[in-house]
Amino acid sequence: MSAIAREPGGPSMSEEDITRLRDRDARRGRVVRGVMLGVSLLYVGVLLLAPLAGIVLYALRAGIGTISSTFQLSDVQHAFTLTFEIMLVTVVVTTFFGVVVALVLARDEFPGKSLVSALVNLPLAISPVVVGLMAVLLFGRGGWFEPFFAARGIRIMFALPSMIIVTIFISIPFVIREVVPVLEELGMEEEQAAWTLGASRLQTFFRITLRNIRWGLLYGIALSAARAIGEVGAVLIVSGLLQGQTETATLYILRAFDQYQDQQGYIVALTLAAFSIVLLIGIETFKRRRTSRTA
Amino acid sequence: MAFLYLGLFIVLPVAAILQRGFGDGLGNLRAALDTFGAVNALKLTITMAAITAVVNGIFGTLLAYVLVRMRFPGRDLLSTVVDLPFAVPTLVAGVMLVALYGPNSAVGGWFEGHGIHIIFAPLGILLALLFVTLPLVVRSVMPVLLELDPAEEEAARVLGAGRWITFWRVMFPALRPAVAAGALLAFARSLGEFGAIVVVAGNIANKTLTAPVFISQLLQPGSTGGGPDAAAAVSAVLFGLAFVLVLITERLVSHAARRS
Repeated sequence: MSAIAREPGGPSMSEEDITRLRDRDARRGRVVRGVMLGVSLLYVGVLLLAPLAGIVLYALRAGIGTISSTFQLSDVQHAFTLTFEIMLVTVVVTTFFGVVVALVLARDEFPGKSLVSALVNLPLAISPVVVGLMAVLLFGRGGWFEPFFAARGIRIMFALPSMIIVTIFISIPFVIREVVPVLEELGMEEEQAAWTLGASRLQTFFRITLRNIRWGLLYGIALSAARAIGEVGAVLIVSGLLQGQTETATLYILRAFDQYQDQQGYIVALTLAAFSIVLLIGIETFKRRRTSRTA
Repeated sequence: MAFLYLGLFIVLPVAAILQRGFGDGLGNLRAALDTFGAVNALKLTITMAAITAVVNGIFGTLLAYVLVRMRFPGRDLLSTVVDLPFAVPTLVAGVMLVALYGPNSAVGGWFEGHGIHIIFAPLGILLALLFVTLPLVVRSVMPVLLELDPAEEEAARVLGAGRWITFWRVMFPALRPAVAAGALLAFARSLGEFGAIVVVAGNIANKTLTAPVFISQLLQPGSTGGGPDAAAAVSAVLFGLAFVLVLITERLVSHAARRS
Protein backbone atom coordinates (compact mmCIF):
# COMPACT_ATOMS: atom_id res chain seq x y z
CA MET A 1 0.00 0.00 0.00
CA SER A 2 2.87 2.34 0.75
CA ALA A 3 3.83 2.70 -2.86
CA ILE A 4 0.47 4.31 -3.52
CA ALA A 5 1.07 7.17 -1.15
CA ARG A 6 4.58 7.76 -2.41
CA GLU A 7 3.55 7.87 -6.06
CA PRO A 8 3.40 11.46 -7.40
CA GLY A 9 0.05 12.90 -8.28
CA GLY A 10 -1.91 10.53 -6.07
CA PRO A 11 -5.41 11.88 -6.59
CA SER A 12 -5.21 11.68 -10.38
CA MET A 13 -4.27 7.97 -10.41
CA SER A 14 -6.70 5.73 -12.20
CA GLU A 15 -8.25 2.61 -10.70
CA GLU A 16 -5.97 0.52 -12.89
CA ASP A 17 -2.85 2.28 -11.61
CA ILE A 18 -3.85 1.60 -8.04
CA THR A 19 -4.51 -2.09 -8.72
CA ARG A 20 -1.22 -2.39 -10.55
CA LEU A 21 0.70 -0.78 -7.68
CA ARG A 22 -1.08 -2.89 -5.12
CA ASP A 23 -0.21 -6.04 -7.03
CA ARG A 24 3.41 -5.01 -7.30
CA ASP A 25 3.59 -4.37 -3.57
CA ALA A 26 1.99 -7.72 -2.79
CA ARG A 27 4.47 -9.44 -5.10
CA ARG A 28 7.39 -7.77 -3.38
CA GLY A 29 5.95 -8.76 -0.03
CA ARG A 30 5.84 -12.39 -1.11
CA VAL A 31 9.45 -12.24 -2.28
CA VAL A 32 10.64 -10.67 0.98
CA ARG A 33 8.79 -13.26 3.03
CA GLY A 34 10.06 -16.07 0.84
CA VAL A 35 13.66 -14.92 1.30
CA MET A 36 13.20 -14.62 5.08
CA LEU A 37 11.73 -18.11 5.28
CA GLY A 38 14.44 -19.51 3.03
CA VAL A 39 17.26 -17.96 5.08
CA SER A 40 15.69 -19.21 8.32
CA LEU A 41 15.33 -22.76 7.06
CA LEU A 42 18.85 -22.73 5.67
CA TYR A 43 20.31 -21.48 8.97
CA VAL A 44 18.47 -24.09 11.03
CA GLY A 45 19.25 -26.78 8.48
CA VAL A 46 22.99 -26.13 8.37
CA LEU A 47 23.44 -25.30 12.04
CA LEU A 48 21.14 -27.81 13.75
CA LEU A 49 19.98 -30.54 11.37
CA ALA A 50 23.12 -31.25 9.35
CA PRO A 51 25.16 -32.24 12.43
CA LEU A 52 22.31 -34.50 13.57
CA ALA A 53 22.31 -36.22 10.17
CA GLY A 54 26.11 -36.43 10.38
CA ILE A 55 26.12 -38.39 13.61
CA VAL A 56 23.30 -40.71 12.53
CA LEU A 57 25.18 -41.68 9.37
CA TYR A 58 28.46 -42.05 11.20
CA ALA A 59 27.06 -44.27 13.95
CA LEU A 60 25.06 -46.41 11.55
CA ARG A 61 28.08 -46.92 9.32
CA ALA A 62 29.59 -48.83 12.21
CA GLY A 63 27.11 -51.63 11.48
CA ILE A 64 24.76 -53.63 13.66
CA GLY A 65 27.56 -55.82 14.97
CA THR A 66 29.55 -52.95 16.43
CA ILE A 67 26.42 -51.34 17.80
CA SER A 68 25.30 -54.42 19.69
CA SER A 69 28.78 -55.21 20.95
CA THR A 70 29.08 -51.63 22.24
CA PHE A 71 25.93 -52.03 24.29
CA GLN A 72 27.27 -55.26 25.72
CA LEU A 73 30.37 -53.55 27.13
CA SER A 74 30.03 -53.47 30.90
CA ASP A 75 31.46 -49.93 31.00
CA VAL A 76 28.75 -48.73 28.64
CA GLN A 77 25.96 -50.40 30.58
CA HIS A 78 27.30 -49.04 33.83
CA ALA A 79 27.62 -45.55 32.35
CA PHE A 80 23.98 -45.51 31.24
CA THR A 81 22.78 -46.81 34.61
CA LEU A 82 24.75 -44.14 36.46
CA THR A 83 23.46 -41.38 34.19
CA PHE A 84 19.92 -42.61 34.78
CA GLU A 85 20.37 -42.70 38.58
CA ILE A 86 21.78 -39.18 38.68
CA MET A 87 18.94 -37.92 36.49
CA LEU A 88 16.31 -39.56 38.69
CA VAL A 89 17.58 -38.06 41.96
CA THR A 90 18.09 -34.66 40.32
CA VAL A 91 14.58 -34.58 38.91
CA VAL A 92 12.98 -35.57 42.22
CA VAL A 93 14.92 -32.96 44.23
CA THR A 94 14.60 -30.08 41.76
CA THR A 95 10.89 -30.78 41.27
CA PHE A 96 10.00 -30.85 44.96
CA PHE A 97 12.05 -27.85 46.04
CA GLY A 98 11.43 -26.08 42.74
CA VAL A 99 7.70 -26.00 43.44
CA VAL A 100 8.32 -24.72 46.98
CA VAL A 101 10.59 -21.92 45.75
CA ALA A 102 8.19 -21.07 42.93
CA LEU A 103 5.31 -20.72 45.40
CA VAL A 104 7.38 -18.39 47.56
CA LEU A 105 8.55 -16.31 44.58
CA ALA A 106 5.11 -16.06 42.99
CA ARG A 107 3.04 -15.39 46.10
CA ASP A 108 5.10 -13.83 48.88
CA GLU A 109 6.49 -10.33 49.04
CA PHE A 110 9.73 -9.91 50.91
CA PRO A 111 12.75 -7.62 50.76
CA GLY A 112 15.42 -8.84 48.36
CA LYS A 113 12.98 -10.81 46.21
CA SER A 114 14.54 -9.69 42.95
CA LEU A 115 17.95 -10.76 44.25
CA VAL A 116 16.57 -14.22 45.06
CA SER A 117 15.08 -14.46 41.61
CA ALA A 118 18.43 -13.50 40.08
CA LEU A 119 20.10 -16.17 42.25
CA VAL A 120 17.70 -18.78 40.92
CA ASN A 121 18.82 -17.98 37.37
CA LEU A 122 22.48 -17.90 38.26
CA PRO A 123 23.18 -21.58 37.43
CA LEU A 124 22.09 -20.87 33.84
CA ALA A 125 24.94 -18.41 33.49
CA ILE A 126 27.68 -20.11 35.49
CA SER A 127 30.01 -22.40 33.62
CA PRO A 128 29.51 -26.05 34.59
CA VAL A 129 33.26 -26.22 35.05
CA VAL A 130 33.01 -23.49 37.68
CA VAL A 131 30.24 -25.48 39.36
CA GLY A 132 32.58 -28.46 39.53
CA LEU A 133 35.24 -26.26 41.06
CA MET A 134 32.78 -25.02 43.69
CA ALA A 135 32.21 -28.61 44.74
CA VAL A 136 35.96 -29.17 44.95
CA LEU A 137 36.34 -26.12 47.17
CA LEU A 138 33.52 -27.26 49.47
CA PHE A 139 34.13 -31.00 49.65
CA GLY A 140 37.62 -31.58 48.25
CA ARG A 141 40.87 -31.73 50.16
CA GLY A 142 41.06 -28.69 52.45
CA GLY A 143 37.46 -27.82 51.61
CA TRP A 144 35.00 -26.30 54.06
CA PHE A 145 33.04 -29.50 54.69
CA GLU A 146 35.76 -32.04 54.06
CA PRO A 147 36.65 -32.61 57.76
CA PHE A 148 32.98 -33.12 58.70
CA PHE A 149 32.31 -35.86 56.17
CA ALA A 150 35.77 -37.42 56.38
CA ALA A 151 35.33 -37.88 60.14
CA ARG A 152 32.14 -39.81 59.47
CA GLY A 153 33.67 -41.85 56.68
CA ILE A 154 31.35 -40.49 54.01
CA ARG A 155 32.86 -40.10 50.54
CA ILE A 156 31.56 -37.08 48.70
CA MET A 157 34.22 -36.29 46.13
CA PHE A 158 35.06 -38.80 43.39
CA ALA A 159 31.81 -40.56 44.22
CA LEU A 160 28.11 -40.42 43.49
CA PRO A 161 27.14 -37.75 46.09
CA SER A 162 29.25 -34.97 44.57
CA MET A 163 28.08 -35.90 41.07
CA ILE A 164 24.46 -35.61 42.17
CA ILE A 165 25.07 -32.34 44.02
CA VAL A 166 26.60 -30.58 40.99
CA THR A 167 23.87 -31.87 38.68
CA ILE A 168 21.17 -30.57 41.05
CA PHE A 169 22.87 -27.16 41.16
CA ILE A 170 22.82 -26.94 37.38
CA SER A 171 19.21 -28.10 37.05
CA ILE A 172 17.70 -25.87 39.76
CA PRO A 173 16.38 -23.06 37.52
CA PHE A 174 14.24 -25.06 35.08
CA VAL A 175 11.24 -26.03 37.22
CA ILE A 176 11.19 -22.68 39.02
CA ARG A 177 11.33 -20.63 35.83
CA GLU A 178 8.49 -22.54 34.22
CA VAL A 179 6.20 -22.68 37.26
CA VAL A 180 6.49 -19.08 38.54
CA PRO A 181 4.83 -17.41 35.51
CA VAL A 182 1.98 -19.93 35.55
CA LEU A 183 1.36 -19.29 39.25
CA GLU A 184 1.47 -15.53 38.73
CA GLU A 185 -1.00 -15.79 35.88
CA LEU A 186 -3.42 -17.94 37.86
CA GLY A 187 -3.68 -15.81 40.99
CA MET A 188 -5.11 -17.16 44.23
CA GLU A 189 -8.89 -17.09 43.70
CA GLU A 190 -9.34 -20.82 43.24
CA GLU A 191 -7.25 -21.64 46.30
CA GLN A 192 -9.08 -19.12 48.44
CA ALA A 193 -12.40 -20.54 47.35
CA ALA A 194 -11.22 -24.01 48.34
CA TRP A 195 -10.10 -22.81 51.79
CA THR A 196 -13.37 -21.02 52.32
CA LEU A 197 -15.18 -24.23 51.49
CA GLY A 198 -13.19 -26.00 54.20
CA ALA A 199 -10.39 -27.73 52.29
CA SER A 200 -7.10 -28.13 54.13
CA ARG A 201 -3.90 -26.54 52.84
CA LEU A 202 -2.60 -29.90 51.64
CA GLN A 203 -5.86 -30.80 49.91
CA THR A 204 -5.92 -27.41 48.21
CA PHE A 205 -2.36 -27.84 47.03
CA PHE A 206 -2.86 -31.29 45.52
CA ARG A 207 -6.35 -30.81 44.14
CA ILE A 208 -6.03 -27.27 42.82
CA THR A 209 -2.55 -25.74 42.71
CA LEU A 210 -0.76 -28.82 41.42
CA ARG A 211 -3.52 -29.51 38.90
CA ASN A 212 -3.30 -25.99 37.56
CA ILE A 213 0.46 -25.90 37.19
CA ARG A 214 0.87 -29.44 35.86
CA TRP A 215 1.86 -28.65 32.27
CA GLY A 216 4.29 -25.92 33.22
CA LEU A 217 5.72 -28.24 35.87
CA LEU A 218 6.11 -31.15 33.44
CA TYR A 219 7.80 -28.80 30.97
CA GLY A 220 10.28 -27.75 33.65
CA ILE A 221 10.86 -31.38 34.69
CA ALA A 222 11.58 -32.43 31.09
CA LEU A 223 14.09 -29.58 30.67
CA SER A 224 15.65 -30.52 34.01
CA ALA A 225 15.96 -34.17 32.99
CA ALA A 226 17.52 -33.25 29.65
CA ARG A 227 20.08 -31.09 31.38
CA ALA A 228 20.86 -33.77 33.98
CA ILE A 229 21.47 -36.42 31.32
CA GLY A 230 23.74 -34.18 29.29
CA GLU A 231 25.82 -32.69 32.08
CA VAL A 232 29.51 -33.17 31.51
CA GLY A 233 31.72 -30.26 32.62
CA ALA A 234 30.85 -30.27 36.32
CA VAL A 235 30.62 -34.04 36.59
CA LEU A 236 33.99 -34.42 34.87
CA ILE A 237 35.69 -32.43 37.61
CA VAL A 238 34.08 -34.03 40.65
CA SER A 239 33.94 -37.61 39.37
CA GLY A 240 37.66 -38.35 39.53
CA LEU A 241 37.16 -40.26 36.25
CA LEU A 242 37.10 -43.72 37.77
CA GLN A 243 36.39 -45.97 34.81
CA GLY A 244 33.43 -48.26 35.46
CA GLN A 245 32.69 -46.51 38.76
CA THR A 246 32.05 -42.78 38.38
CA GLU A 247 31.81 -42.73 34.61
CA THR A 248 28.52 -41.40 33.26
CA ALA A 249 27.43 -41.77 29.64
CA THR A 250 28.85 -38.37 28.70
CA LEU A 251 32.16 -39.10 30.44
CA TYR A 252 32.30 -42.42 28.61
CA ILE A 253 32.00 -40.54 25.31
CA LEU A 254 34.88 -38.25 26.29
CA ARG A 255 37.09 -41.21 27.19
CA ALA A 256 36.15 -43.09 24.02
CA PHE A 257 37.35 -40.16 21.92
CA ASP A 258 40.51 -39.80 24.01
CA GLN A 259 41.35 -43.45 23.46
CA TYR A 260 40.55 -43.42 19.73
CA GLN A 261 37.50 -45.64 20.13
CA ASP A 262 35.51 -43.15 18.12
CA GLN A 263 32.86 -45.64 17.00
CA GLN A 264 31.83 -46.52 20.54
CA GLY A 265 31.79 -42.80 21.32
CA TYR A 266 29.53 -42.06 18.35
CA ILE A 267 27.16 -44.89 19.22
CA VAL A 268 26.75 -43.81 22.85
CA ALA A 269 26.37 -40.18 21.72
CA LEU A 270 23.69 -41.15 19.22
CA THR A 271 21.83 -43.08 21.94
CA LEU A 272 21.85 -40.00 24.17
CA ALA A 273 20.71 -37.87 21.22
CA ALA A 274 17.83 -40.28 20.53
CA PHE A 275 16.77 -40.16 24.17
CA SER A 276 16.95 -36.38 24.22
CA ILE A 277 14.77 -36.18 21.11
CA VAL A 278 12.12 -38.22 22.93
CA LEU A 279 12.39 -35.72 25.78
CA LEU A 280 12.16 -32.88 23.26
CA ILE A 281 8.83 -34.20 21.97
CA GLY A 282 7.63 -34.23 25.59
CA ILE A 283 8.98 -30.70 26.09
CA GLU A 284 7.09 -29.41 23.04
CA THR A 285 3.84 -31.15 24.01
CA PHE A 286 3.94 -29.81 27.58
CA LYS A 287 4.80 -26.33 26.36
CA ARG A 288 1.87 -26.24 23.97
CA ARG A 289 -0.57 -27.50 26.64
CA ARG A 290 0.78 -24.96 29.10
CA THR A 291 0.38 -22.00 26.77
CA SER A 292 -3.05 -23.08 25.57
CA ARG A 293 -4.15 -23.23 29.22
CA THR A 294 -2.88 -19.86 30.31
CA ALA A 295 -3.72 -18.06 27.07
CA MET B 1 12.63 -24.13 53.34
CA ALA B 2 12.89 -22.25 50.06
CA PHE B 3 15.71 -20.11 51.43
CA LEU B 4 17.51 -23.08 52.94
CA TYR B 5 17.45 -24.86 49.57
CA LEU B 6 18.77 -21.87 47.64
CA GLY B 7 21.24 -20.98 50.39
CA LEU B 8 22.66 -24.48 50.57
CA PHE B 9 22.82 -25.14 46.85
CA ILE B 10 23.61 -21.72 45.43
CA VAL B 11 24.89 -19.15 47.93
CA LEU B 12 27.31 -21.44 49.73
CA PRO B 13 29.18 -22.65 46.63
CA VAL B 14 29.43 -19.12 45.30
CA ALA B 15 30.88 -17.95 48.60
CA ALA B 16 33.45 -20.74 48.45
CA ILE B 17 34.67 -19.63 45.02
CA LEU B 18 35.00 -16.01 46.02
CA GLN B 19 36.78 -16.82 49.28
CA ARG B 20 39.27 -19.18 47.64
CA GLY B 21 39.86 -17.06 44.57
CA PHE B 22 40.26 -13.72 46.31
CA GLY B 23 40.89 -14.76 49.93
CA ASP B 24 44.53 -13.68 49.57
CA GLY B 25 43.78 -10.60 47.53
CA LEU B 26 44.56 -10.57 43.84
CA GLY B 27 47.65 -12.78 44.14
CA ASN B 28 45.86 -15.90 42.92
CA LEU B 29 44.45 -14.13 39.92
CA ARG B 30 47.86 -12.81 38.96
CA ALA B 31 49.42 -16.25 39.38
CA ALA B 32 46.65 -17.78 37.30
CA LEU B 33 47.00 -15.22 34.54
CA ASP B 34 50.72 -15.89 34.42
CA THR B 35 50.00 -19.53 33.64
CA PHE B 36 50.84 -20.45 30.07
CA GLY B 37 47.88 -19.65 27.85
CA ALA B 38 45.55 -18.19 30.47
CA VAL B 39 45.22 -14.69 29.02
CA ASN B 40 44.70 -16.01 25.51
CA ALA B 41 42.11 -18.47 26.78
CA LEU B 42 40.08 -15.64 28.30
CA LYS B 43 40.49 -13.51 25.17
CA LEU B 44 39.41 -16.32 22.86
CA THR B 45 36.42 -17.12 25.06
CA ILE B 46 35.18 -13.54 25.15
CA THR B 47 35.70 -13.03 21.39
CA MET B 48 33.86 -16.22 20.47
CA ALA B 49 31.03 -15.39 22.87
CA ALA B 50 30.67 -11.90 21.41
CA ILE B 51 30.50 -13.16 17.81
CA THR B 52 27.98 -15.80 18.88
CA ALA B 53 25.79 -13.20 20.58
CA VAL B 54 25.74 -10.95 17.49
CA VAL B 55 25.16 -13.69 14.89
CA ASN B 56 22.46 -15.44 16.88
CA GLY B 57 21.00 -12.09 17.87
CA ILE B 58 20.33 -11.47 14.18
CA PHE B 59 19.30 -14.96 13.07
CA GLY B 60 17.42 -15.64 16.31
CA THR B 61 15.31 -12.53 15.79
CA LEU B 62 14.68 -13.50 12.16
CA LEU B 63 13.59 -17.00 13.23
CA ALA B 64 11.33 -15.60 15.92
CA TYR B 65 9.68 -13.33 13.33
CA VAL B 66 9.22 -16.19 10.88
CA LEU B 67 7.76 -18.44 13.59
CA VAL B 68 5.36 -15.82 14.96
CA ARG B 69 4.24 -13.90 11.89
CA MET B 70 4.33 -16.34 9.04
CA ARG B 71 2.08 -19.31 8.29
CA PHE B 72 3.64 -22.14 6.34
CA PRO B 73 3.52 -25.93 6.35
CA GLY B 74 6.00 -27.35 8.84
CA ARG B 75 5.96 -24.37 11.15
CA ASP B 76 5.47 -26.55 14.25
CA LEU B 77 8.30 -28.78 13.12
CA LEU B 78 10.61 -25.79 12.69
CA SER B 79 9.66 -24.59 16.16
CA THR B 80 10.51 -28.02 17.59
CA VAL B 81 13.84 -28.17 15.75
CA VAL B 82 14.78 -24.75 17.14
CA ASP B 83 14.42 -26.23 20.66
CA LEU B 84 16.66 -29.17 19.77
CA PRO B 85 19.70 -27.66 21.56
CA PHE B 86 17.69 -27.45 24.81
CA ALA B 87 17.28 -31.21 24.78
CA VAL B 88 20.47 -32.52 23.17
CA PRO B 89 23.41 -32.83 25.58
CA THR B 90 26.01 -30.21 24.72
CA LEU B 91 28.73 -32.84 24.49
CA VAL B 92 26.62 -34.73 21.96
CA ALA B 93 26.26 -31.49 19.98
CA GLY B 94 30.04 -31.30 19.87
CA VAL B 95 30.31 -34.94 18.82
CA MET B 96 27.78 -34.25 16.04
CA LEU B 97 29.94 -31.42 14.72
CA VAL B 98 32.99 -33.67 14.73
CA ALA B 99 31.02 -36.36 12.87
CA LEU B 100 29.94 -33.86 10.23
CA TYR B 101 33.00 -31.65 9.82
CA GLY B 102 35.79 -33.89 11.10
CA PRO B 103 38.67 -34.55 8.69
CA ASN B 104 37.46 -38.15 8.19
CA SER B 105 34.03 -37.17 6.91
CA ALA B 106 33.16 -36.22 3.34
CA VAL B 107 31.99 -32.72 4.26
CA GLY B 108 34.94 -32.05 6.55
CA GLY B 109 37.35 -33.39 3.95
CA TRP B 110 35.92 -31.04 1.34
CA PHE B 111 36.39 -28.01 3.59
CA GLU B 112 39.93 -29.12 4.51
CA GLY B 113 40.67 -29.44 0.81
CA HIS B 114 39.65 -25.81 0.36
CA GLY B 115 41.82 -24.68 3.24
CA ILE B 116 38.96 -24.12 5.67
CA HIS B 117 39.65 -25.70 9.05
CA ILE B 118 36.60 -26.29 11.22
CA ILE B 119 37.38 -28.99 13.75
CA PHE B 120 40.26 -28.12 16.10
CA ALA B 121 39.92 -24.51 14.91
CA PRO B 122 38.04 -21.40 16.11
CA LEU B 123 35.37 -21.89 13.43
CA GLY B 124 34.36 -25.17 15.07
CA ILE B 125 34.11 -23.46 18.47
CA LEU B 126 31.88 -20.83 16.90
CA LEU B 127 29.60 -23.43 15.28
CA ALA B 128 29.29 -25.24 18.62
CA LEU B 129 28.35 -22.04 20.45
CA LEU B 130 25.87 -21.00 17.74
CA PHE B 131 24.24 -24.43 18.01
CA VAL B 132 23.91 -24.32 21.78
CA THR B 133 22.63 -20.73 22.12
CA LEU B 134 20.20 -20.34 19.19
CA PRO B 135 17.00 -21.17 21.16
CA LEU B 136 17.94 -18.69 23.92
CA VAL B 137 17.48 -15.77 21.54
CA VAL B 138 14.46 -17.17 19.68
CA ARG B 139 12.59 -17.94 22.93
CA SER B 140 13.44 -14.54 24.34
CA VAL B 141 12.10 -12.61 21.31
CA MET B 142 9.03 -14.72 20.49
CA PRO B 143 6.79 -13.78 23.45
CA VAL B 144 7.34 -10.07 22.81
CA LEU B 145 6.55 -10.45 19.11
CA LEU B 146 3.35 -12.30 20.01
CA GLU B 147 2.24 -9.36 22.14
CA LEU B 148 3.06 -6.81 19.46
CA ASP B 149 0.00 -5.53 17.58
CA PRO B 150 0.46 -5.86 13.79
CA ALA B 151 -1.93 -2.88 13.43
CA GLU B 152 0.96 -0.54 14.30
CA GLU B 153 3.04 -1.86 11.43
CA GLU B 154 0.07 -1.72 9.08
CA ALA B 155 -0.49 1.89 10.07
CA ALA B 156 3.12 2.71 9.28
CA ARG B 157 2.85 1.01 5.90
CA VAL B 158 -0.39 2.78 5.00
CA LEU B 159 1.24 6.09 5.92
CA GLY B 160 3.92 5.41 3.35
CA ALA B 161 6.78 3.77 5.22
CA GLY B 162 8.67 1.07 3.34
CA ARG B 163 9.14 -2.41 4.76
CA TRP B 164 12.63 -1.74 6.05
CA ILE B 165 11.69 1.58 7.69
CA THR B 166 8.66 -0.06 9.28
CA PHE B 167 10.78 -2.81 10.76
CA TRP B 168 13.54 -0.49 11.90
CA ARG B 169 11.39 2.35 13.29
CA VAL B 170 8.23 0.59 14.45
CA MET B 171 9.00 -3.02 15.29
CA PHE B 172 12.60 -3.05 16.35
CA PRO B 173 12.31 -0.46 19.16
CA ALA B 174 9.67 -2.67 20.77
CA LEU B 175 11.77 -5.79 20.32
CA ARG B 176 15.09 -4.28 21.37
CA PRO B 177 15.03 -5.25 25.07
CA ALA B 178 14.09 -8.84 24.25
CA VAL B 179 16.75 -9.12 21.53
CA ALA B 180 19.34 -7.66 23.90
CA ALA B 181 18.28 -10.00 26.70
CA GLY B 182 18.49 -13.02 24.39
CA ALA B 183 21.87 -11.99 23.02
CA LEU B 184 23.22 -11.39 26.54
CA LEU B 185 22.02 -14.82 27.63
CA ALA B 186 23.72 -16.32 24.60
CA PHE B 187 26.90 -14.41 25.50
CA ALA B 188 26.82 -15.56 29.13
CA ARG B 189 26.13 -19.13 28.12
CA SER B 190 28.99 -19.05 25.60
CA LEU B 191 31.45 -17.80 28.20
CA GLY B 192 30.88 -20.93 30.25
CA GLU B 193 30.23 -23.57 27.61
CA PHE B 194 32.32 -26.68 28.07
CA GLY B 195 30.65 -29.80 26.70
CA ALA B 196 30.06 -28.62 23.15
CA ILE B 197 33.56 -27.17 22.85
CA VAL B 198 35.77 -29.76 24.48
CA VAL B 199 35.66 -32.34 21.65
CA VAL B 200 35.50 -29.76 18.85
CA ALA B 201 38.27 -27.37 19.79
CA GLY B 202 41.26 -29.63 20.17
CA ASN B 203 42.20 -27.43 23.16
CA ILE B 204 45.57 -26.23 21.89
CA ALA B 205 47.01 -23.69 24.33
CA ASN B 206 47.06 -20.12 22.95
CA LYS B 207 45.07 -21.24 19.90
CA THR B 208 41.85 -23.08 20.62
CA LEU B 209 41.87 -23.39 24.41
CA THR B 210 38.86 -21.63 25.96
CA ALA B 211 38.63 -20.52 29.57
CA PRO B 212 36.28 -23.28 30.79
CA VAL B 213 38.46 -25.99 29.26
CA PHE B 214 41.51 -24.23 30.73
CA ILE B 215 39.92 -24.34 34.19
CA SER B 216 39.14 -28.02 33.85
CA GLN B 217 42.76 -28.69 32.88
CA LEU B 218 44.01 -26.81 35.95
CA LEU B 219 41.89 -29.14 38.08
CA GLN B 220 43.13 -32.29 36.41
CA PRO B 221 45.36 -34.37 38.71
CA GLY B 222 49.02 -33.63 38.00
CA SER B 223 48.35 -30.22 36.49
CA THR B 224 51.22 -27.78 36.80
CA GLY B 225 49.29 -24.56 36.46
CA GLY B 226 48.56 -23.71 40.10
CA GLY B 227 45.67 -26.06 40.82
CA PRO B 228 42.40 -25.08 42.50
CA ASP B 229 43.61 -21.62 43.59
CA ALA B 230 44.41 -20.51 40.06
CA ALA B 231 41.26 -22.19 38.79
CA ALA B 232 39.23 -20.34 41.41
CA ALA B 233 40.68 -17.01 40.34
CA VAL B 234 39.92 -17.53 36.63
CA SER B 235 36.50 -18.87 37.60
CA ALA B 236 35.81 -15.79 39.68
CA VAL B 237 36.44 -13.64 36.59
CA LEU B 238 34.06 -15.72 34.46
CA PHE B 239 31.57 -15.87 37.27
CA GLY B 240 31.64 -12.12 37.92
CA LEU B 241 30.97 -11.46 34.24
CA ALA B 242 28.15 -14.00 34.17
CA PHE B 243 26.50 -12.56 37.27
CA VAL B 244 26.55 -9.01 35.93
CA LEU B 245 25.06 -10.25 32.65
CA VAL B 246 22.28 -12.11 34.45
CA LEU B 247 21.43 -9.01 36.48
CA ILE B 248 21.29 -6.85 33.34
CA THR B 249 19.12 -9.43 31.58
CA GLU B 250 16.70 -9.59 34.52
CA ARG B 251 16.51 -5.80 34.48
CA LEU B 252 15.80 -5.73 30.73
CA VAL B 253 13.12 -8.39 30.95
CA SER B 254 11.28 -6.92 33.94
CA HIS B 255 11.55 -3.46 32.40
CA ALA B 256 10.00 -4.66 29.16
CA ALA B 257 7.30 -6.54 31.08
CA ARG B 258 6.36 -3.42 33.02
CA ARG B 259 6.13 -1.33 29.85
CA SER B 260 3.75 -3.71 28.13
